[in-house]
Amino acid sequence: MSETLENFRTEIADWIAANLPPELQGVAQSEETICWGGRNWQFTSGAQRDWLSRCHARGLTCPRWPTEYGGGGLSRAEEKILREEMDRSGAPSPLQSFGIWMLGPALLKFGTDEQKAAHLPDITAGKIRWCQGYSEPGAGSDLANVQTRAEDMGDHWLVNGSKIWTSYADKADKIFALVRTDREAPKHLGISFMLIDMEAPGVTTKPIRLISGASPFCETFFDNVKVPKEGTIVGEMNRGWDVAKYLLTHEREMIGGGGGGLLAGSTLADLMGTLDPVAAADPFIQTQAMELEVDAMAFALTMERYKDMAEAGQGVGHASAMLKYYGTELNKRRHEIVMSARGTNSLDWEDGAAATWLRTKANSIEGGTSEVMLDIIAKRVLELPSK
Amino acid sequence: MEKLLDTEDEVMLRDAARGFLEENAPLSAFRANRDAVRSYDPALWSEMAQMGWAGVLLPEEAGGADMGHRAAGILSEEMGKTLVASPFIASAVIAATALRDAGSDHLADIAAGQALYALAIDESAKFSPKHSALQARGEGNAFRLSGRKCFVADGASANRILVLARTSGSAGETQGLTLFNLDADRAGLNREAANSIDARDFATLDFDNVEATGDDVIGDVDNGLAAITPALQAGQAALAAELTGLSSGIAAITLGYLKERKQFGRTIGSFQALQHRAAHLFSEIEVTASAIANAGRVLDAGGSSDLAVSLAKARATQTAKLAVMEGVQMHGGIGMTDEYDAGFFMKRARVGAEWLGDYGYHAAIIAAHRGL
Repeated sequence: MSETLENFRTEIADWIAANLPPELQGVAQSEETICWGGRNWQFTSGAQRDWLSRCHARGLTCPRWPTEYGGGGLSRAEEKILREEMDRSGAPSPLQSFGIWMLGPALLKFGTDEQKAAHLPDITAGKIRWCQGYSEPGAGSDLANVQTRAEDMGDHWLVNGSKIWTSYADKADKIFALVRTDREAPKHLGISFMLIDMEAPGVTTKPIRLISGASPFCETFFDNVKVPKEGTIVGEMNRGWDVAKYLLTHEREMIGGGGGGLLAGSTLADLMGTLDPVAAADPFIQTQAMELEVDAMAFALTMERYKDMAEAGQGVGHASAMLKYYGTELNKRRHEIVMSARGTNSLDWEDGAAATWLRTKANSIEGGTSEVMLDIIAKRVLELPSK
Repeated sequence: MEKLLDTEDEVMLRDAARGFLEENAPLSAFRANRDAVRSYDPALWSEMAQMGWAGVLLPEEAGGADMGHRAAGILSEEMGKTLVASPFIASAVIAATALRDAGSDHLADIAAGQALYALAIDESAKFSPKHSALQARGEGNAFRLSGRKCFVADGASANRILVLARTSGSAGETQGLTLFNLDADRAGLNREAANSIDARDFATLDFDNVEATGDDVIGDVDNGLAAITPALQAGQAALAAELTGLSSGIAAITLGYLKERKQFGRTIGSFQALQHRAAHLFSEIEVTASAIANAGRVLDAGGSSDLAVSLAKARATQTAKLAVMEGVQMHGGIGMTDEYDAGFFMKRARVGAEWLGDYGYHAAIIAAHRGL
């Protein structure tokens, strides 16, 4: 480790010690404690507000983004140190959002200078909360089958259609959506990546209840929504698919990343809790638990290895589909075992295990199904023929 | 912790090993050995020794290359790809580690590739060193060994033997075992080679009052399990690496076949049913490769390594089983013929699954670590 990096570590550790409000230290990240930001965000405490504004002032909400947009301008190695020091000191993430994970990276790669200046500072400051509008009720895995259309009305776009699985659309300020801007072109070529304000007249949302209960997912409807022409299309007109594909890779790595047993710090034993003596002596449950743990540990090491490869500049490319496939299938298996081990105790909603178990069933559907991931591996990594 | 990537030196070692083995030990060489009923090729082993492979874990003073366990794993993995049979794991990894740790003066012979070790550990159908019951009765400063060892790796071809014998206590107890290092032509020792499914060497060894002295003891009397355990772990990691190389080897052959073979007017690799199976196999091999890299890293760091090693061996065993089954199935009928190579991979994978502890043995170690 170079001297500069070690200095950075000391510097950042000191900064965290001086700025982290004590009441946030060691608080577990959950739906209740996450800070999403946005126009209507209600801070859960003064400490949450202070932590966000201090981190933002230091460029730590988006550590690797350029400083001119409120980022930290850190290198990959520095970001890793920052993460390690944040973890070590029990500091929560100051801000999470689809703006940070998805729109930001898209704008940094495909946006104009004006678009970057217009949107990135609001993302880093947590002022605007974004949601994502890709999927449509009729499209499913065939994501490019976009039917929501934007008609060129001269001085504005007129958008009509609907999106589904738009997480937190009912709480978001703006949406980045795939819309069809050319109905004659082949399906991948007539799509544009459009930025739409959720407060525009004609935009409505409806929450979706899942088999696991309430969810952040919504349906989002566009009924004669007027969208300004200036700066609302990211990347080239009709080439929105390129932007979307780029972002899907990001999303896959994120979802797959949740699958490793070691990463979340919760072992299978933790998840199962104290077992009833009959369950604890059940050889079949034991066997399944052992097998799961073997695979989960090896998968966690694979996440680490792929991260090492990325840091060494050895791009993993389409093989990231493997992480998504394996991690999500593993997570489904894990929660099947937890349910089985907890037996009838898990059959009451109040126990909580059932909602988690049911929710994991979506892991291998959202962000590209396992079958789509296997297609990607087969065609792009293994280069198997199409005929 | 070191990164889970090959270092520059390791990349060079891997490339060099691959180049050498492609040239000198392709699959056809394995077939030729099998047909000639030859468990390994001594001339090839002597070349490997000259390149430093036999001394990969031994210090330079003993003529070793001292490259560490990751390097041993890389060599083993590359050998696995073309099913190279050699004394590497038993002699260069397991015996070398046990003797190195005990400060033995036999190291130079191992590094030179001349000392070939048999591993006389097992006495039942399942690996469990602590269940050793073969008796070593004390007689002054000498011992008399009597009993039987089975599935002794390199048991017929070796010129030396590491044998785990009981000097006190009874089978199942971790104390009371003693590790002996004997030459293979001692009076009273009878070796009978098995007709192994993988065409390699394992044998049954009968000890009838075989004499050993205090000088033959590795480590301490009654504490032999401590003397052999780190060595077995090194061997388990190397075998796991071999099995992962074997998995990649058969997967590559199968992938090639999927891209060539035509049925119903289409390349069979275009069928989604086969594509998904191939993609799943790829995923399993990738995940196992991480456990292999980790085992080498943990062994090189010193300290406790049983969790990392057992993870590598458990994963490698399962992945190799999947790879060989998919390999034969996706080849169809030709995969079942002896004329084709796929069956060789299946047979070696089965032997490798049992040797040094099967999936259940290692999964139980992991479960204990993880509070299950």
